[in-house]
Amino acid sequence: MHYLDANASEPLRPEAKAAIAAAFEVTGNPSSVHAAGRAARRLLEDARERVAARFSVRDQDVVFTSGGTEADALAVHALGLGRRMIVCATEHDAVRAATPGAAVLPVDRDGVADLDALRAMLGSGPAALVCLMLANNETGTIQPVAEAASLCRAHGALLHVDAVQAAGRIAVDLTAQGCHSLAVSAHKLGGPAGVGALLVSPELSTIAPLIAGGGQERGRRGGTPALAAIAGFAAVCGLGADQTRLAALRDRAEAAAVHHGAVVCGGAAARLANTTSLALPGVRADAQVIALDLDGIAVSAGAACSSGKVQTSHVLTAMGLGRLAGQAIRVSLPWNVPDEAIDAFEAAYARMAARLRPALVPTAA
Amino acid sequence: MDMTETPARPNRPVYLDNQATTRCDPRVVAAMLPWFTEQYGNPHSAEHIMGRVAEAAVETARGQVASLLGADPREIVFTSGATESNNIAIKGAARFAARYGDGERRRIVTVVTEHKCVLESVADLKEEGFEPVFLPVGPDGLLDPEVLRQALTVPTLLVSVMAVNNEIGVVQDIAAHAAIAKAAGALFHTDLAQAVGKIPVDLTGWKADLASVSGHKIYGPKGIGALFVRRRPRARLLPLFSGGGQERGVRSGTLPAPLVVGLGEASRLAAEEMAAESARIGVLRDRMFNALRALIPGIAINGSTAHRIPGNLNLTFPAEKAQSMLERMPDLCVSTGSACSSAAIEPSYVLRALGLDDDAAGRTLRIGIGRFTSPADIDYAASALAAAHSGRNAADHLAEA
Repeated sequence: MHYLDANASEPLRPEAKAAIAAAFEVTGNPSSVHAAGRAARRLLEDARERVAARFSVRDQDVVFTSGGTEADALAVHALGLGRRMIVCATEHDAVRAATPGAAVLPVDRDGVADLDALRAMLGSGPAALVCLMLANNETGTIQPVAEAASLCRAHGALLHVDAVQAAGRIAVDLTAQGCHSLAVSAHKLGGPAGVGALLVSPELSTIAPLIAGGGQERGRRGGTPALAAIAGFAAVCGLGADQTRLAALRDRAEAAAVHHGAVVCGGAAARLANTTSLALPGVRADAQVIALDLDGIAVSAGAACSSGKVQTSHVLTAMGLGRLAGQAIRVSLPWNVPDEAIDAFEAAYARMAARLRPALVPTAA
Repeated sequence: MDMTETPARPNRPVYLDNQATTRCDPRVVAAMLPWFTEQYGNPHSAEHIMGRVAEAAVETARGQVASLLGADPREIVFTSGATESNNIAIKGAARFAARYGDGERRRIVTVVTEHKCVLESVADLKEEGFEPVFLPVGPDGLLDPEVLRQALTVPTLLVSVMAVNNEIGVVQDIAAHAAIAKAAGALFHTDLAQAVGKIPVDLTGWKADLASVSGHKIYGPKGIGALFVRRRPRARLLPLFSGGGQERGVRSGTLPAPLVVGLGEASRLAAEEMAAESARIGVLRDRMFNALRALIPGIAINGSTAHRIPGNLNLTFPAEKAQSMLERMPDLCVSTGSACSSAAIEPSYVLRALGLDDDAAGRTLRIGIGRFTSPADIDYAASALAAAHSGRNAADHLAEA
């Protein structure tokens, strides 16, 4: 089986495994003051320091959460209080579900947010919280976050950035990007699932907790932290994959698919090097994914979260792709993808397309 | 692995704070590690084989947790821990009723000795128009069913009572409290964080609607827990946060398959070993208490001794401040109260609820005996405590011994 579904979950890096195994040897609760508690606290704070350094924030600006979804929800809960919401059309469901009734910021055909529209939306109405993801999970499209941040700041708006897919793949730097909060998830970085963080700008004085009780994370997130998973998260911060190599492999896979009739969704935008969204006109996405699965290739029909239900992608629909939105697969290369996986993908895609693609209707000459 | 064998040399530091957290059982670690490495599929990626393998492991774990709780696997929702479970249960049930119910019942009843996250969740709901009620406990730490019955003469939406207290280890009569709540037409939630694996739990028989479980209190990993949500009749909740719609929409976010597997294995071990373990820990607890009583006349135990988990001693010392004793025992991990507030100077609200004054509360230590405690650990701890109480450093005492 060749795993080309890294945007669902990156394979765990060996550095994370070692850190996790070591952390399970530490017994204490980081909130306890005795020797065992202090050892656990040291592990937690060392991890916090590494995560903070990785994303250019201060240690105290890192709030560990159970993952990206909780980090997004916490950001909307804490930053959105008393503000109207403006949410990009292609955001992850974690953000969309947290912002019912939000004004929708449109995107162009490549999935890039329309900054003129944002300017107009910010200009009319009370102070807003804007949610704009750094890189899209389905297409890899990279948003002009720094420009959006300037616009938001000029209009007294706050900007929350979901950097779950971007972290580890492109530069993620809260200060440089100028946003007010950033959500990251360890398992998309080659760390373990079950941990993420909300990184908050020092400008924000208080963060009202979503999960109350216990006073952990400076009162911003209750509950005993997931110590081993956090240690695994810290261990992969600072590690990166060779993005040039990933881009070359991705381009090769993409070219092969295009040769067999695929259309690249968002192909003209700046994209993550490891991601491509390939629509095969006339063939349902789930049929493609099942055929590839049986042929030893693990890809997905969009976000992994939809729990088996293959739905028409809201991302591709927002990009104006119409019926193609239900006919696209996501291919996302993991950090450790071998060259052979791309060979195997090319062959499997060719077989799949030959079998499933409707006979070409002869066009009038 | 034979835990009863006395090691040649005791472990240092000696860990007797098993109500704060427990060591992750090496068997649980062994069960989890392959899921961190060889099997890295996202359990929600049902479209490919690697996702389905992870999904199957998650479902096995769900069955193991359900079986420990006397529940149906479909009644188990995985969360990041008991704090999140308690937040979802309390806020989720209240908000669902406010949005979709008749709006008549606004009262939420809990007990003053609950964990902070329950108290704060209930208190937070006041802002949303609910009426929090905090019931007292008796000097033994137990909620009198009659007090609950009286409180419920006012129509009540939700009752939340913890099964086992985290500081004093007393066991509430959950079956009785749940029955009273149900008879009064209220939903019933119980925080089982300290109860699971220590006392038999039968959520179906108890008629609880909602219950919270923690992984790291039962020799599992930190960062995983579960929420029991009754199916028949269905307990309805609004999620605390949404997104991918995982866990039947009650709790979104990618499930950490390795941690879920760890919680499953920890549950399996708890179910299998609880009877023998409780007996063994009870013997150690008695050995500790008898030794301390002989060494320190006037030492007093807080909370009911009859209704108590075997692993907990909460002791008020006659003469010395707990903080001073702790400073003299660097090799002994015990605590002045719950871990969440260990750094706080404030006396424990649980002890105050029992009627202890601040001075007595300040002379009190919690001792939590667990699966990995040896008789030698107990003997060391008893003598270290006695030495510290008489003003000597535990290390000096040991050097003399």
